[in-house]
Amino acid sequence: MSESKTQKKPKRARIAIDEHFCKGCGLCVDNCPQHIISISGTVATSGYYPAQCPDPENKCTGCTLCARICPDVAIEVFKAKKVDGGAH
Amino acid sequence: MNTEAQEMERIFERPRALRSATTHYCPGCGHGITHRLVAEVIDELGIRETIVGVAPVGCSVLMYNYFDIDMFEASHGRAPAIATGFKRARPDLPVFTYQGDGDLAAIGIAETIHAAARGEKFTTIFINNATYGMTGGQMAPTTLVGQKTATSPTGRNCETAGYPIKVCEMLATLDAPSYIARVSVSSAKHVLKAKQAISKAFQLQLKGFPYTFVEVLSPCPTDWHMTPQEAVEWLEENMFPQYPLGEVKAPKEGV
Amino acid sequence: MEKLFMTGNEAIAEAAVRAGCRYYFGYPITPQNEIPEYMVKRLPEVGGVFLQAESEIASIFMVYGAAGSGARVMTSSASPGISLKQEGISYIAAAELPCVIVNMMRGGPGLGGIQPSQSDYFQATKGGGHGDYHLFVLAPATVQEAADLCLEAFDIADRYRNPVMILGDGVLGQMMEPVSFQDRRPAADLPEKTWALTGTKGRAANVVKTLNLDPSVLEKHNLKLQEKYKRMAKEEVRVECYQVDDAEIVIAAYGTVARIAKTAIQALREKGIKAGLVRPITLYPFPYKTFADIAPKVRKILTVEMSLGQMVEDVRLAVGDKTEVCFFGRCGGIVPGYEEIVVEVEKLTAKVAR
Repeated sequence: MSESKTQKKPKRARIAIDEHFCKGCGLCVDNCPQHIISISGTVATSGYYPAQCPDPENKCTGCTLCARICPDVAIEVFKAKKVDGGAH
Repeated sequence: MNTEAQEMERIFERPRALRSATTHYCPGCGHGITHRLVAEVIDELGIRETIVGVAPVGCSVLMYNYFDIDMFEASHGRAPAIATGFKRARPDLPVFTYQGDGDLAAIGIAETIHAAARGEKFTTIFINNATYGMTGGQMAPTTLVGQKTATSPTGRNCETAGYPIKVCEMLATLDAPSYIARVSVSSAKHVLKAKQAISKAFQLQLKGFPYTFVEVLSPCPTDWHMTPQEAVEWLEENMFPQYPLGEVKAPKEGV
Repeated sequence: MEKLFMTGNEAIAEAAVRAGCRYYFGYPITPQNEIPEYMVKRLPEVGGVFLQAESEIASIFMVYGAAGSGARVMTSSASPGISLKQEGISYIAAAELPCVIVNMMRGGPGLGGIQPSQSDYFQATKGGGHGDYHLFVLAPATVQEAADLCLEAFDIADRYRNPVMILGDGVLGQMMEPVSFQDRRPAADLPEKTWALTGTKGRAANVVKTLNLDPSVLEKHNLKLQEKYKRMAKEEVRVECYQVDDAEIVIAAYGTVARIAKTAIQALREKGIKAGLVRPITLYPFPYKTFADIAPKVRKILTVEMSLGQMVEDVRLAVGDKTEVCFFGRCGGIVPGYEEIVVEVEKLTAKVAR
């Protein structure tokens, strides 16, 4: 089993898929290194089966590859703000 | 630590140069990716309010509905002539044409070659998907030998239909162009490189370098009769050997 | 005013520069090469650009591009070259871009010849390219008039957002005559070019386009163009009437042929035949009313053209059954002599006498 099952990582990043724009081509699914994007079984109002990324295990790293391959600018990527540790 | 509540910042969003509009492109089409790359570069270079684009005839004829910039709509193949006329009148404004393979490499090849030969100071983004997309998947000048299309139903026969045109290599025989590169939008990795090339082309134009040209190998799942996944695989397997990626010509001094 | 001795081609080029034209795109073709050869020297003096394109098609789309910036721009060619430009002319008319196009007509069809002709009347006035559109067509008869009309052409183009054609022929283009140039600035009341592409700074994006996939939108656009053509017909018709007040026979002719007709009229009047001339200066809009008004007062109208009968159709349309409209034409590059016109008129008057 994955380590996250036993020791869940904090959410580092997430993506937001706009169902209005997504045409369900699935290129994001293939390009996600974490394999956490899938195609929904529910038709969106657009008429397409949109991509979805529930990511319960907080695997998303915010690499943006899904957004960069998306032909429909349907994906926004959010990343956790770095905590200012006063390193310098 | 409450992870869900952790403050998130948006690190990837729709570029300002693109309107919030659903495109008419088919699922998995490379036009949408390339549009976004061009728009991102426009944003990053801060030229949205000065740039003027020229849309072709073909699938991307309606691109002015998606780009929030001043644009011409050309007739089939004449975008380089329009860009020439405009740029000669307004050399202070950045200009680009966006053309498909039928538009650029068939009906508009003369305008393309002569704009390149004159070293016109605009950028051309050339979408090569080896087919006529808008009219329903007919044979293009860039259709591969053996590739089945609506007008080469048994595959392009080089005895009767000749061979695909390698536009980058052909233009690279000219003295005037400063930058000629071929990229692909078939995977996220290639998309990153594609953006670098598009950015370099625009930056060179802004620095006054003559004719800059980026060919984008782009999937057309619908007219290739494939799923988007099959299309990108077919592209990499079949188009990469025929159309090698990389900079075919670039100025010695970098950007 | 200073008089210069110039060809019609050169006079048109100089007038264009004085009208504020700063961009010229063209492709060599006889008999109009003096225009690009003049422009290549003259335009850089005023900060303009001359560019020899790779084809007539490219040159007309360079005009489309430069006109889209809001600049004053022109191209010139001769018959086969104008045929090549028709694609772009249709797009320019559809996009409502102002520009000036010169056609120094030569004999056709096909490659035809290089001698003067008037056989592009239909192409110039009825469309030429595809779609319901019209050019504004000016037909000068002298070098001076060519210069004067070219000065005005740019204002007309801007006022109506419509391409203007100056329709001459090899005689007008290559003949030298004294000419003086008015000091002329663009009219003060021309509409601002808010549609021009200049970058979106401070406003919503502009698009210069011709595609209207929605039939109701395309129909509306066409109706708007037609309104413009009606307005031109109301406001801009130009015609010269020469010795028509007492005329029994009126010659209808434009451009070079009209000059020859004037000589013929002198000769005819010396012989006691009262002949006059109606010379359309705007071929589109055509002076239908002038012909309609004159028709009942004259016995016959003889249309003379360097073609086998093109403008005569508009004359007949104007006249209806009010009088007989006859035709005499030479073509293929043959310019009719005034004696030929005299003979034709005499034939008609002989019939009248019978």
